[in-house]
Amino acid sequence: MTEVNRVLAALGVGAAITVGSLAATPAWAADDTIKIGVLHSLSGTMAISETTLKDTVLFLVDEQNKKGGLLGKKLEAVVVDPASDWPLFAEKARELISVDKVAAVFGCWTSVSRKSVLPVFKELNSILFYPVQYEGEESERNVFYTGAAPNQQAIPAVDYLMSEEGGSVKRWVLEGTDYVYPRTTNKILEQYLLDKGVAKEDIMINYTPFGFSDWQTEVAAIKAFGSAGKKTAVVSTVNGDANVPFYKELANQGISAEDIPVVAFSVGEEELAGLDTKPLVGHLAAWNYFQSIDTPENEEFVKAWKAYTGNEKRTTNDPMEATVIGFNLWVKAVEAAGTTDTDAVLKAIIGLETPNLTGGTAKMLPNHHITKPVFVGEIQDDGQLDVVWQSDAEVPGDAWSDYLPEDKGIEADWTDPINCGHYDTATKTCGGAPATSG
Amino acid sequence: MTAPRLLQLLALLLGLLLAAPAQAQTPDLPTLVNALSQGSFADKGDAVAALAATGDEHVATILGALGEGNLYARKSDGRVLLKSGDTYLDPLTNEPVEVTDTEKVRVNNSLRGKIRTAIGQLTLLSADRATRLSAAQSVLKNGDPETLELLTAALEKENDPQIKATMEAARAVITLKSDASLEDKQAAVATIAARNDRDAQAMLQAALGSAPDELKPVIESGIDTISRNLAVWDVAQNVWYGVSLSSVLLLAAIGLAITFGVMGVINMAHGEMVMLGAYTTFVVQEVIRQNFPGLFDYSLGIALPLAFLVTALVGIAIERGIIRWLYGRPLETLLATWGVSLILQQAVRTIFGPTNRQVGNPSWMQGAFDLGGLSITWNRFWIVIFAIAVFFALLAILNHTALGLQMRAVTQNRRMASAMGIRTPFVDAMTFGLGSGIAGMAGVALSQIDNVSPNLGQGYIIDSFMVVVFGGVGNLWGTLVGALTLGIANKFLEPYAGAVLAKILILVFIILFIQRRPRGLFALKGRAVEA
Repeated sequence: MTEVNRVLAALGVGAAITVGSLAATPAWAADDTIKIGVLHSLSGTMAISETTLKDTVLFLVDEQNKKGGLLGKKLEAVVVDPASDWPLFAEKARELISVDKVAAVFGCWTSVSRKSVLPVFKELNSILFYPVQYEGEESERNVFYTGAAPNQQAIPAVDYLMSEEGGSVKRWVLEGTDYVYPRTTNKILEQYLLDKGVAKEDIMINYTPFGFSDWQTEVAAIKAFGSAGKKTAVVSTVNGDANVPFYKELANQGISAEDIPVVAFSVGEEELAGLDTKPLVGHLAAWNYFQSIDTPENEEFVKAWKAYTGNEKRTTNDPMEATVIGFNLWVKAVEAAGTTDTDAVLKAIIGLETPNLTGGTAKMLPNHHITKPVFVGEIQDDGQLDVVWQSDAEVPGDAWSDYLPEDKGIEADWTDPINCGHYDTATKTCGGAPATSG
Repeated sequence: MTAPRLLQLLALLLGLLLAAPAQAQTPDLPTLVNALSQGSFADKGDAVAALAATGDEHVATILGALGEGNLYARKSDGRVLLKSGDTYLDPLTNEPVEVTDTEKVRVNNSLRGKIRTAIGQLTLLSADRATRLSAAQSVLKNGDPETLELLTAALEKENDPQIKATMEAARAVITLKSDASLEDKQAAVATIAARNDRDAQAMLQAALGSAPDELKPVIESGIDTISRNLAVWDVAQNVWYGVSLSSVLLLAAIGLAITFGVMGVINMAHGEMVMLGAYTTFVVQEVIRQNFPGLFDYSLGIALPLAFLVTALVGIAIERGIIRWLYGRPLETLLATWGVSLILQQAVRTIFGPTNRQVGNPSWMQGAFDLGGLSITWNRFWIVIFAIAVFFALLAILNHTALGLQMRAVTQNRRMASAMGIRTPFVDAMTFGLGSGIAGMAGVALSQIDNVSPNLGQGYIIDSFMVVVFGGVGNLWGTLVGALTLGIANKFLEPYAGAVLAKILILVFIILFIQRRPRGLFALKGRAVEA
């Protein structure tokens, strides 16, 4: 061994010791595991959607541990069941952060559950990764939104239907379940359509309760609205269980996708699993991911997922991909920061990139949203969605809508010097939205 | 002319004869077919049009397969193949082709429309009546001026009155788009207006925009006539929707009318009995799908008695295990049955998974039929019939069987009935079993229109209590009238107030009503009630 080599070796050992001691200094000193929390309902109404995401996080943790863990430690998922009960979400979040001492939490589905845990994450200064498409109008210091904002799902879908390829739609039915996500989304869409020159009488907005099952009147109204001699489409923000009877009624009343296409923002592979999809062929869904997307990354993921669950029929869907992206970004941020400390991770994660499953890149933006491609898919008779349109490039998520008058000039930016979720670029002040504070 | 020369000429002629059709199809037909898998959806649309223009006999089949998603392309060279079962066929020769790497030729809605138009044009002269009818309908929908000649030719040969009417309407639509004389156009408007339905209204609306000024009043009066006619049918349609909602309410509530109405047990697990019935249907259908696919249309008939048995047994077990210890303590019963309902839900979630299960509709429960201006869906129609049947069967059991007599006796005066030698605990168990079993049968029906998920029952429990309380506790007729009133009122409010407000209004109405008549519509009278 030459002199130089010996010096290099010594340096290497020294470096290893330094890194090791650095990693060992934080709170985990006594322990060699890093815990993360999983806050998804495993019982109650939302179990239908959220159980899969719990499995996804467990799958990701498993994969990460096979790769040697994180910072040389083993990852461990702590699973709790908030039982589709919104106040219980806040309780369970508190338990995860203060009792189990988790480094980050992956969870929530409905907007109301997210709103209910926000104060807890702020107070205890922890991190939440929220993987579901939502209504926007929010940007919090402790939350990362890896699902779509309205400009990454609703607006492109409407653009597609307006285009010649999508059928040059002139009349619009905005049909939704009566709660915050459809109401806000429809408010944005209505303003967008009016801006695009659609007449007020060519827009019909209707809401139904959660779990609504008797769609006869509504579908008949859609049929009547669609017989005004102009091409009509339905934009559906109908959520959860109500979709199945809605589509069944559409099929039975003989409304085919060629006459009046329905584009849905909450119907994915998982929801279609409970349906006979033959009469629905041609209806649309807009997402940022479909299981049928043909990329090597996706093929590998679907294969690994099926192997992990041991079920050939298990589907993958958009919120799953959002969970994967959120997890990978967090792992990268922790590796970059060299610690799981909240403030360090919050700083390190902005600007990080990770490949998504559709052949592109997801980048964490300063407003805590990510860049996503947009896909419009048509329902096929096997319950899968085939892409008929996709955006040219990734669309950056927009926390505050460009189409609402009250959001004019409002930005979210969690980097210095602004560091604010609701920043008025005109007056250069922070605040204004009740839910937000620096 | 010598013989060899003659032969030569003959051969040449023969060759020409053979070559003529070959020139018209073989050089470009396979290319045209293969073009279906290439380029954007617009390119594919052009390929469809080009293929349809050849008029080749295979084209209708190929386009049909494309529309239904049975056309595949070989990944290596884009050769288009027809999938039939597990084998791939050459679409022109129908000979099997060995391939390994294929992908489906994708279509979208606008392309599907083009395909249907092309098929419509190709099959307008088909010998099969159904094919011809759907062809005429697609030509009517599309109203493409280029089909006019073909349509006129087809009209001359057509004898079937329904197809003829459709074709005439189609010709009228095309006439309105063309530069025909005013008289012709007026006649065309009259032809369309005579159809008197929503589609006709849509066609006239569409024509109104581009119509010349002289024609506008005629079209407008046509639209007016149709709207007035439709308004009358709309009322009838609302009544039907109301009856249909009532039948669902009745089915969900009628079991509760027994357990709560007759026995006075506040049974929060009632909805879960409905859910168990729906899951029984799912299991029956799964077994049928795997073992006897031919029996699928009978699956509901098989599921009904099984659902009754399963839920009746579960009901009896609940009554014997829990409820009988709690008679006379309504609050504890409420909490205990609430607990039971959570246990049942979670048990089903653990066994069958949290996601929806697919329960198929037998062929006789799919689609809709027209009755005058009414459009009635088959599944709703059969559920109404089923609800009526269940109601009268239950009425017969209560009024004309020994068990029914004992049930009524126990309800009216438990101690006296016991003194007369009736085994009241046995009757209690049977009554609870009957109520639960009927809820299970309701579940079979509801599986046809709702989600089959662990939460199925929760959606119905409040409605059921509403109906029973409103109708009058302990009276089956009250339940029937209650369900009808609430269902129809709800459906009449919905178009004006929206689904959310309609529901709220109904609830407010019931609260006010109960203030006036605490015992509901049909109150039981007699000393037993006062006790």
